[in-house]
Amino acid sequence: MTRILLSRVLPAALLGLGAAFILLPFVWMLSLSIKPRDEIFSTTIELLPSRIEWSNFTFALTRTDIPLFLWNGTLMVSLILFFQILFAVPCAYALAQRNFLARKLLFGLVLAALLVPFHVTAIPIFLGFAQLGILDTFQALVIPFVPSAFGIFLFRQFFAQLPSELFDAARVDGLGETAIVWRIAFPLALPAATAFAIFSVTAHWNDLFWPLIATTDPDLATPPRGILYFRDQESGDNVGPLMAAALVITAPLIIAFLFAQRRFIQGIASGGLKG
Amino acid sequence: MTAALELRDVTRRFGSTTVLDQVSVRIEPGSFTALLGASGCGKSTSLRIMSGLDRPTSGDVLLGGSNVGEKSAYERNVAMVFQSYALYPHLSVAQNIALPLTMRHLSPLGRLPVIGSLVPGTVAARRTIMRQVTESADALGLTELLNRKPGSLSGGQKQRVALGRALVRDPSLFLLDEPLSNLDARLRIRMRSEITALHRSTGKAFVYVTHDQTEAMAMADQIVVMIGGRVAQAGSPRELYERPNHRDVAAFIGHHAINFLQPGDGMEAGDSIVGIRPEDLTPDESGALVAQLESAEYLGSEVIMSLRTRQGTQVRSIAHGDYAVPAPGTGVRLGYHARKVHVFDPITGQRREAGA
Amino acid sequence: MRLSLDGRQALTDLWLVAPATLALVLFIFVPVAIVAVLSFSDYQFGAPTFNWIGTENYLTLFSSTIGRRAVTNTLLYVAIVIPFSVGAGLIVATGIHRMAGWAPRLSNLMKTIYFLPVAATLVAMSVAWQMVLHPSLGIVNQTLASLGGQPQNWLSDRGLVLYTLAMIGIWQSIGYNMILFLAGLAAIPPELYDAAEIDGAGGAWSRFWTVTWPMLGPTTLFVMVITATNAFRVFETVATMTGGGPAFASDTLVHALYREGFVYFKAGYASALTMVFFAFLLALTALQLRVVERKVHYR
Repeated sequence: MTRILLSRVLPAALLGLGAAFILLPFVWMLSLSIKPRDEIFSTTIELLPSRIEWSNFTFALTRTDIPLFLWNGTLMVSLILFFQILFAVPCAYALAQRNFLARKLLFGLVLAALLVPFHVTAIPIFLGFAQLGILDTFQALVIPFVPSAFGIFLFRQFFAQLPSELFDAARVDGLGETAIVWRIAFPLALPAATAFAIFSVTAHWNDLFWPLIATTDPDLATPPRGILYFRDQESGDNVGPLMAAALVITAPLIIAFLFAQRRFIQGIASGGLKG
Repeated sequence: MTAALELRDVTRRFGSTTVLDQVSVRIEPGSFTALLGASGCGKSTSLRIMSGLDRPTSGDVLLGGSNVGEKSAYERNVAMVFQSYALYPHLSVAQNIALPLTMRHLSPLGRLPVIGSLVPGTVAARRTIMRQVTESADALGLTELLNRKPGSLSGGQKQRVALGRALVRDPSLFLLDEPLSNLDARLRIRMRSEITALHRSTGKAFVYVTHDQTEAMAMADQIVVMIGGRVAQAGSPRELYERPNHRDVAAFIGHHAINFLQPGDGMEAGDSIVGIRPEDLTPDESGALVAQLESAEYLGSEVIMSLRTRQGTQVRSIAHGDYAVPAPGTGVRLGYHARKVHVFDPITGQRREAGA
Repeated sequence: MRLSLDGRQALTDLWLVAPATLALVLFIFVPVAIVAVLSFSDYQFGAPTFNWIGTENYLTLFSSTIGRRAVTNTLLYVAIVIPFSVGAGLIVATGIHRMAGWAPRLSNLMKTIYFLPVAATLVAMSVAWQMVLHPSLGIVNQTLASLGGQPQNWLSDRGLVLYTLAMIGIWQSIGYNMILFLAGLAAIPPELYDAAEIDGAGGAWSRFWTVTWPMLGPTTLFVMVITATNAFRVFETVATMTGGGPAFASDTLVHALYREGFVYFKAGYASALTMVFFAFLLALTALQLRVVERKVHYR
């Protein structure tokens, strides 16, 4: 009996305690978002409100620009992903399956690019965009992320594992190289593409740094940027709606995670390997 | 008659390694040629150069008499069957077979997934294509498998799909790169006769790469033996078996490994190396060669004996199943026909005509 | 006139790689060069000219209290996050791994819960944490008060703020490390535990010391370096909750970069900060590559 206690109940209890710590901000956020105003400002600890204050959510969804921020976020990550794949996949294919002079050099370049975090390139890109007058535009949010060394690397590793005879057969069948990339190679790379998509979408949906720097127009705000606008505008009174807004902002990724846990974890974990 | 395909003095170098050295091959229309050799001898490289997937460092490739060096693989209208079948894993059998026709008959616009059907002529073209695909599938017994993906097929079925994809293009030439080596022995023999039947029914030239001399002997009317990036000998199976022009060719061809005897072993030919096949060396009371029996394998229809000459050279002889095998250690007399004896130069390995 | 086959091949290769290569050069390599160069200047955004001032930016960085503090704060933050985040990740992973044997559904639920912070939008969760840690309305202080403890100013006390941020950093990364450790644990051949049991090391503690810990060695190193690399880049929490304050008590390298470069527009100085940040990160990445290599050759 004690063995079971020690080897099962105790660890489970400890895990449960840790889980409570993990869930703390989520629970409190949820709690505040459905609490009516007076209960938020009371000094007694109440997790559950006496009634559900839906007006917090209606406020967040209708009286703020949250929907706009969500739309901006969706559009931005979609465009970024689209162009990242458009640029990276052909290059990755060429690196993996074609023999050309500068192949080793180019791959070395890609590996070197992996070492450079975005923060390092922010100042010159900002400068360049300022010169071109495209700061504070939607393009400015998308363009800097189109080159994805990680995308090239991931797809290249995947393509290198495909048998080259497959592509020889396609060439004999009359497919041009571009057709081979999109009709043969890319459809076979769907697992890698999914992992990359999850990694890219998560990283850019959550990014605060660049939108904070590149845009000042509140209409261009992405979800993280937007929630800060909301918070800073309110004088600290509208806690309920603020928490409701925070919930709405973070919900898409959470829901995506809950629906496709394994894929999600794989995608994010693969990104960690790039350092 | 113009050759269907010809390689003229083709050399292929990769960096400092020479994989093909002045290789010349002639493929007659409608013939079945086997490129035979051990791995690394250059036979697959030769095939790739014929197909256009690879380019020679020097030398010419001619199809139907004209130089096609500048033409891509597709432009040469040759069909290729790969060792690993190279079927598109994400497409169905029908789509796999249809692909070369889709590339040929539909414009780039017509090939696009949804919008393509709007391009005039696409729907009719697709119908023609499907008709041709079903014809080929029927001919190869693949009709029930048309909607399956390659991943769910057996080795033999995949092989047939690969053949179907090649057939459907009505090419000028068929190139096959060790297509049967991934199949088990029994399947291999069955597919062998299917490929030969295919050759007969299409009437086109086949070029077949293999390391298995039995396959080459059974299927081809011309065998090109390649050793070390060079053509060692090209000829009919009979020519290669009866008159190998080099000891290496003699060693490669033939079901049983040929015996090589040194001067002093008992078959005298001056300083030359003497080659005699085990099947041509039988126990004979009045035989000229004496050797000591080491072991014998009784196989029912024949007995394979391992013997040693007085110099210690190992020799194998094949006797009829009735032969009463003596005890190991006994001296056995072996007989042979003079015309079955092959004589080779001890240094160059070239064939020497047996004197008198 | 038709190009030779060689020519056509070369053109195809170019067409395949040129867009990505150009983008890489334009947005990664050229900017790195520019930042390096700018760090030796006194350029300010919008200024018409600038001067070369040699290593003055770097000297300012390391001699000014604010500059030094950004570096030390970041190092302290990383130093706190690593042991707790890695340690907790390991403990949680081990627990979940064991639990999977007798309660797989519960184990999966735990895994999902612990990974939630990784999937969630950090800025939004930071806003939530602000409310959790709110001096009067937050549940932490309210609970503390009801238990008779002393409520703290978690985010506005100079002595506490960095530790609070570190705690949130740990909160955010435990789940990620847990996943990495779970993969490492799954790779341990179960026969090793059987062998240990036969050798007398069957108890939970001995199992851990004889089999689990040694086999996880490379994974642990890897996780430590990953955690360090990510912790180094801390920004969202700082920008959202403290703005680097109070009085630069929670200013980190990336936040300092942001502030000097994009709030005060001191591009030259911010470039020097960037280069220092980059140097630290390169060192960590080099370490990571060494560790990965050891990991591959470990078995």
